[in-house]
Amino acid sequence: MMKMKKNTKILLSVLILIAAVAALWYLDANKNQYSYAISILQRSAIYAIAAVAMNMLTGFTGLFSLGQAGFMAIGAYTVAILTIPVEMRANVYYINGIADFLANLSLPFWAALILGGVLAALVGFFVGIPVLRLKSDYLAIATLGFSEIIRAIIAAPQLDRITNGSYGLKSIPAFSSVFEAFFIAGICILLMILIINSSYGRAFKAIKEDETAAQAMGINLFKHKSMSFIISCFFTGIAGGLLAVFMRSIDSKTFQIALTYDILLIVVLGGLGSITGSVIGAFLMTAGREWLRFFDNPLMIGGFQVPLFRTGFRMVIFSLILMAVVLYYRKGLFGDKEFTWDRMYNFFIRLRDRIRRKTPEKGDKGNV
Amino acid sequence: MSDQVLSLNDVTMQFGGVVAVNNLSLEVNKGEIVALIGPNGAGKTTAFNVITGVYAPTNGKVSFQGKPIISNFPQGKMKKLYSGENAGKYTELIRKTPDVITKLGVARTFQNIRLFKNLTVFDNVLIAKHMNIKSNVFSATLRLNHKEEQTMRKESMELLEILGLAHLKDEISSSLPYGQQRKLEIARALATKPSLLLLDEPAAGMNPHETHDLTAFIRMLKDDFHLTVLMIEHHMNLVMEISDRIYVLDFGKLIASGTPADIQSNQRVIDAYLGVADDE
Repeated sequence: MMKMKKNTKILLSVLILIAAVAALWYLDANKNQYSYAISILQRSAIYAIAAVAMNMLTGFTGLFSLGQAGFMAIGAYTVAILTIPVEMRANVYYINGIADFLANLSLPFWAALILGGVLAALVGFFVGIPVLRLKSDYLAIATLGFSEIIRAIIAAPQLDRITNGSYGLKSIPAFSSVFEAFFIAGICILLMILIINSSYGRAFKAIKEDETAAQAMGINLFKHKSMSFIISCFFTGIAGGLLAVFMRSIDSKTFQIALTYDILLIVVLGGLGSITGSVIGAFLMTAGREWLRFFDNPLMIGGFQVPLFRTGFRMVIFSLILMAVVLYYRKGLFGDKEFTWDRMYNFFIRLRDRIRRKTPEKGDKGNV
Repeated sequence: MSDQVLSLNDVTMQFGGVVAVNNLSLEVNKGEIVALIGPNGAGKTTAFNVITGVYAPTNGKVSFQGKPIISNFPQGKMKKLYSGENAGKYTELIRKTPDVITKLGVARTFQNIRLFKNLTVFDNVLIAKHMNIKSNVFSATLRLNHKEEQTMRKESMELLEILGLAHLKDEISSSLPYGQQRKLEIARALATKPSLLLLDEPAAGMNPHETHDLTAFIRMLKDDFHLTVLMIEHHMNLVMEISDRIYVLDFGKLIASGTPADIQSNQRVIDAYLGVADDE
């Protein structure tokens, strides 16, 4: 395995970071022109948080949970209820009115976002007590059920004066700048990376590898499983809060099981156990859906209308691509490895060698 | 009594109608190397699993350093099914979990190696240091426990050096040769700073030469780490050479115990291993 110089790697990372910030700055300066691109990137960043949180639970601790949508809903509703401007509330809750204690209760966005995460974590703590005793598929089914219960509670008529029931919430203040979502996503993902690389993260990995051996090494299974679950719920809640701000209006249908599957797809696509995989997967998935939009429009080639090109066809193509990825890259794009410059470098070296071998030029002795 | 590290009293482990361990009592004193031997299926590993808290015994008591860590009696459905002895002798219910028992100072290895396969050799040992971590998840995340982490890493590295695995520290543990994997499992167990080490067939799959080295290795561990060792083993040369005392199990029952010389001449042991001819 070839290795790059350390300085080169740092330089490349810094360059990428500067390029990303510059690109964002450029997009921010031309907001109106690029609003579509900005919204895709923001959604990707939000999904990236949820995906990394799910990966921490599934890819690093070995707990397969499908409760993402429910915990995102908790974060989203907390942020929405507490940040809708007080003067707009009568307008939002126009059918049943708003509960008295909420009428003038308002928090700044940052506080509401963290509170959303904390509430999601709290619910995660209580949900975790019974369900974390289950293993693999059973855990997935139980968390899926809890996620639907949370959604049903939010939509319940009894909570109309708090969550506005099935009418949903609107007039949620938007991000104050283009950078906000990316900045928060960056911090969240960085924190999760730090957790995974800490001693507690090692304990999580041990549990995933072998529960019996982990316990024999003095690791309290339930404590560490709950810890991983609660932390994952916290960041999922944060992602939900950001999603509410991003979408500006939410209702209980936003947090259906399809949302969980989106996150799951990102995690599987990127590779279970790879954080960089999840992040890149989030951007690829979200952007991929948009790139494929051209399949939704009728296409004429030389007066002949290509069949099948109509609204909804892109989802068929998208699903086919996903199936191909799962069939041929069974471990996702990155497997359980992280993206590193060394791997990138080696990939290109191998590619170059392969091309050279296939098309030997005259006088070129190849790399014998 | 004060130098008694481990004692089992009337331990019976019954799975449904099958009695895997039947009324087993044994004791291990400080600084001893004790072997638990017996034909396949005699219940040796089950006994280990009871001692380490993986299984709750159906009846009986296990004490570590004079304090009971496990005590149980037949309850519920087992009340009717129970076919062992000494029912009603124990009334206490104590069930410490494997992680608590490890923290008390009992470490073990597994019969069919259970390393953290996809992690490096170094991480395998480092994980065993986690149980004594003092900092909480927040300070560990924000790297405020730098000193503690450094100590954990230093101690793990020292352990790998003592066991001669230091040069392999960045290898993925499952890529190691079999003998090294066994050694790493022992290193991992030692990282929990045990006073009692349970070895489940440490020589399994080793050639005679490696087995011979293992004898010196276990002696070295015992002296350097001030350990008491209880081991399950099939290699009789190793057992006879290294053990201070031997317990022999057959069909879950203790059939003999004593010094290697006693055991070698014991007719019941010979019968259990070689079988008794029917026509005699």
